[in-house]
Amino acid sequence: MLTGENIVQLVSGLLHWAYAQAGISSLAGVIDPIISAVVMFGFIAVFVMFLVWMERKVSAHMQSRIGPNRVGPLGLLQTVADAIKLTIKEDVKPVNRDKVPYFIAPIVAFVATFMGMVVIPFDKGVVVQDLNVGILYIIAITGFTVIAILTAGWSSNNKYALLGGFRSAAQIISYEVSLVLSVVPIIMITGTLSLSGIVEYQKQAGYWFILPQIVAFLIFITSATAEANRAPFDIPEAESELIGGFHTEYSGVKFAMFFLGEYIAVVVSSAVAVTLFLGGWLPLPYLDFLHIPGFVWFLAKLLLVIYLIMAFRWTFPRLRVDQLMDFGWKVLIPISIINILATAVVWFCLYGKGAQ
Amino acid sequence: MIETVLFYILAAALIGFGLMVITRTNPIASAMAMVGAFAGLAGLYAMLNARFLSIIQILVYAGGIMVLVIFVIMLLNLEPEDLQRMRAKGFVVLLALIGVGAAIVSPMLFCVIPNKDWANGSVSPEFGSMASVGAKMFADHLFPFEILSLVLLTAVVGALVLAKRKL
Repeated sequence: MLTGENIVQLVSGLLHWAYAQAGISSLAGVIDPIISAVVMFGFIAVFVMFLVWMERKVSAHMQSRIGPNRVGPLGLLQTVADAIKLTIKEDVKPVNRDKVPYFIAPIVAFVATFMGMVVIPFDKGVVVQDLNVGILYIIAITGFTVIAILTAGWSSNNKYALLGGFRSAAQIISYEVSLVLSVVPIIMITGTLSLSGIVEYQKQAGYWFILPQIVAFLIFITSATAEANRAPFDIPEAESELIGGFHTEYSGVKFAMFFLGEYIAVVVSSAVAVTLFLGGWLPLPYLDFLHIPGFVWFLAKLLLVIYLIMAFRWTFPRLRVDQLMDFGWKVLIPISIINILATAVVWFCLYGKGAQ
Repeated sequence: MIETVLFYILAAALIGFGLMVITRTNPIASAMAMVGAFAGLAGLYAMLNARFLSIIQILVYAGGIMVLVIFVIMLLNLEPEDLQRMRAKGFVVLLALIGVGAAIVSPMLFCVIPNKDWANGSVSPEFGSMASVGAKMFADHLFPFEILSLVLLTAVVGALVLAKRKL
């Protein structure tokens, strides 16, 4: 049977045979992680390009338009053309910028979000690095984007960019609290921080956490949308108020890095949502006789959650800054704290189940 | 071999960023260098197999505290001339601090470290793991931990009272 684990074993077997032929078997511990990171990078680059196309098609569908349809079949190559355009564009830089931070900010924003992909399990055993503190790692490493956005806004030496940077920092810090709190009930129930471990727990339990933890799922999706600075929480960019927010003064490849970083952030948070709440690579109930490989299920669920986040953007009106802060601190955080307490009471007192 | 190479890269980055923190005139640059230093330190923790500690290092210091530090620096909006003036005064303070630091660290360097039996690994493999940190915090040192949470609560209430005169 074709599973993701078999493919990984086959590829790693071939690689180790190649190492042995080249006489570099002793370096396998160094080369293997590099190869898996490069494969992940290639996957994410292609996937994000597809997502940009998908977003334009989704928005076009919602507004009764056709969307991109000129370059390639169904306009699929439109994003490739856009990417080429962005890379060969002139890089316009403000004269009074702060040179080093201005240069580093987009790189940090891109790398920090990409590094979150490293611990996402695509199938049983298909993961670049299965950390036993996976969730904490993702929260920690994506936290660097705040610093990148603040730096970008500050070093551009432009009032709109600075305002956007400050707004973004305030927003990400606020919504990170409810994001982390919404994950806590899952960790309490499973007793592990490893993403693969949480999927294994759902397999043994026979249900996905979206059923008992629907509140946590809704809080997570909302906070994740806000964390990625996407509409209806696009206060940091706020095209109608701040031109482009923190990336007003960025153009060419540097802008592309912020842009791709936003989409990778969406992929990472959707992947975490799929893993925590939708059973990761597990098949739909009663459909496991089809023998569809786990990573296909994972990608299908991933696309579903990403579609949901895209649909938010084109269906909800934008929030004002004060509404945004009120919503985060006075609605989401109290609900997630109540959810933690309720989970503790129901799970551990009524059912008498402990972690492990 | 690889561990050694990685160690020297991380250690060099840590020292380089640490020097940048105290030598840059631009406070934002200092803060950024400090983020880099924390990241290097987290890498060193990860090499000691203390993954949980290294991630907490990034989460709390690089992610949380440094963002607040950068916020404060940006809101203060210091002019370069102010900084030059402070620099002259700061040199004396710096010398005094180096003296105090040396007085504290030297007994460690010359008495404790040479006399410890490093070869027979004194650190258990559990060091810095989530379970061991949790056991230390919530079982062995529960009372100090609770006291700390009270101190933090007091700080939060105090900050609120200071910031909002009219509640």
